[in-house]
Amino acid sequence: MRRVGTLTASLLAAAAALTVAGTAVGTAVADTPSPSATASPGGAKAAESAPTEAGTSFRTAAAFRPGQKATAGASSGDYLYWVLPIDAQQRATVKAAVTLPEAKARHGASTWQLDVYDGLRRRQACTYGTQTAAAAKDAATVELSCTLRTVRAGADQWANDPLPGSYYVRLTVVDLPEEDLGLPVRAAVEAEVKETGGIQAVDGTLSTPLVAGTVTATLREPEDGWSGGWWSDRWVWTAAGGVLAALAGVFGYSLTRGSGRPSRA
Amino acid sequence: MITRKRLAVGACGLLAALAVGLFPASATAADGPTAKEPPKVDLVLDVSGSMRANDIDGQSRMAAAKQAFNEVIDAVPAEVRLGIRTLGATYPGEDRALGCKDTKQLYPVGPLDRTEAKTAVATLAPTGWTPIGPALLGAAQDLEGGNATKRIVLITDGEDTCAPLDPCEVARDIAAKGIHLVIDTLGLVPDAKTRAQLTCIAEATGGTYTSVQHKAELSSRVRQLVDRAADPVVNPMATEGAKQCEGAPQLKAGLYSDRETFGEHRWYRVDVLPGQELRASVSIGADRAVNNDYGVLLRATTAHGREIVRGSEAGDGRTDVLSTGLRYPKAEIDDVDSDDKPVPETVCLQVSNSFSAPASVKTTPGMPVELTIDLVDGPDEASDVAAFGLGRGWWLLAVLALAGLLAGLVWGWISRWRISVWRTN
Repeated sequence: MRRVGTLTASLLAAAAALTVAGTAVGTAVADTPSPSATASPGGAKAAESAPTEAGTSFRTAAAFRPGQKATAGASSGDYLYWVLPIDAQQRATVKAAVTLPEAKARHGASTWQLDVYDGLRRRQACTYGTQTAAAAKDAATVELSCTLRTVRAGADQWANDPLPGSYYVRLTVVDLPEEDLGLPVRAAVEAEVKETGGIQAVDGTLSTPLVAGTVTATLREPEDGWSGGWWSDRWVWTAAGGVLAALAGVFGYSLTRGSGRPSRA
Repeated sequence: MITRKRLAVGACGLLAALAVGLFPASATAADGPTAKEPPKVDLVLDVSGSMRANDIDGQSRMAAAKQAFNEVIDAVPAEVRLGIRTLGATYPGEDRALGCKDTKQLYPVGPLDRTEAKTAVATLAPTGWTPIGPALLGAAQDLEGGNATKRIVLITDGEDTCAPLDPCEVARDIAAKGIHLVIDTLGLVPDAKTRAQLTCIAEATGGTYTSVQHKAELSSRVRQLVDRAADPVVNPMATEGAKQCEGAPQLKAGLYSDRETFGEHRWYRVDVLPGQELRASVSIGADRAVNNDYGVLLRATTAHGREIVRGSEAGDGRTDVLSTGLRYPKAEIDDVDSDDKPVPETVCLQVSNSFSAPASVKTTPGMPVELTIDLVDGPDEASDVAAFGLGRGWWLLAVLALAGLLAGLVWGWISRWRISVWRTN
């Protein structure tokens, strides 16, 4: 009896440890930032360095990756476009900073806006962040940000859910005094992605990510390629559950057995 | 031995599956930029009398422009074919009719001889009128031919006074020819009227407008615009949608351009095989002054008019384009003989818009429409909400553990009962 008891106890402890390890693995996977986010700018190849110009339409959008900082010089009133790849289970936050023309050249307040579109050019909602910000007449910079919904591996055709693929960022001024059109501004855009793990791991995957044919730069896909969307920490949770169930089964069985001999001979 | 072989085969299969999962075929990866033709840029410089004004960093506008041109000529990327056209450079008189025709090609669009181009620029002296409209027409002619990216960079310090030819409408007509031409405008110390005209020209062609107050801004901006022309870009193919699905142009995967006026419907057709996914997106450019609220609708319907799926978008305020898109995965047909050729379904795509404009705005030519069509393999349809039907979370663990415990107990009791039955017999 005692031996079985000890065995069960140790098994249970092992199960618990495994479960913890399982979740640890799960969270470890979840917490690992996308490799591109950690890519050092010095180590990046020339072709992979962040763009210093922005595009002016969907077709000419400049490609960059999460973790890089894309910059551009422009005139206020320009529509600036960038494009970046976001993979399944990632939750991206796009940030933009605009350095405004010197205050004495400006005639009033302006309003700037950051829009994010998916690979099908559908506008994507920002769950939080300052998507539109007004700059006072004497402000030097405007900061904007937009946190997207978590990208899902698949969605049905009627849904507008964010899917893995290209994401276009459009930065522009939406309201300013006429006299201030065309003044020089500088813009910087960066994105960071957070792996959300299996919480958003849905079934069904696209055969190919939503990358528009017009995005031809080498930066159009994540550094380590598209995940294909099959891995999630759900595998770990489910396997851990299976192990736990087996151990609990053994424990339950042992409870009914006593010391190994029927008490009534 | 056989088992081992089988195992190996299984492992190989698994690896292959993983590889496919990890590296999905990148069929969407475009066919690269269209066949590389050298991009063409025409710099159009205003040499009208007003360029004499000394208000750019203490220098005359003309001197600033000349210096900027020299710097730009030095820095032109090798593949760009650069030309220079002037307006108001030759006729100093008062006759409007003559002054308004005064535009000429200073340096032809082609491989650049830097010294020659600089010498030509050095001869310029502020002289005549500001015929922007004719100059743009001339520049469009300079750039004619080929399928390359074309860019006009217009540098001026005053508005066009050669009515009735409105340069803004000229620009829109040029853009409507579908020759991938963009006009960027730069205003030297512009006044309100010049600014309105130059922003209108830029807007009409998807270009940009810059207001120049300093010398350095001028050269760096022109250089940036010329460099931009050298960026590889995929140019769309012109098409013309029909009024209804019947007789609409048949589109394959690719990028298309069209024009659509306010409230017009345009139809296109795409053949989709079973097991394929159609991806379409459409952008309608607001290339003129439009009313504050607008929308765009893209619908995929069957040949009989039943709507399959739609994409729609609405917006308000200042914008360059309004876009939307849709996906239509056509289901695989299971019970079909394998030697039967799969029959594609004709999907009709309807593009409509709810843009409107004040009565003073011309409605023709229509607004630019950019349509992308992509056909890829269909998705793996979801059979469950969660990935592979897997579970997650503490509730799952608790339920599984409890179920396991109960199963263990029941199993134990059954076997105890069986042993005691066996013993009693």
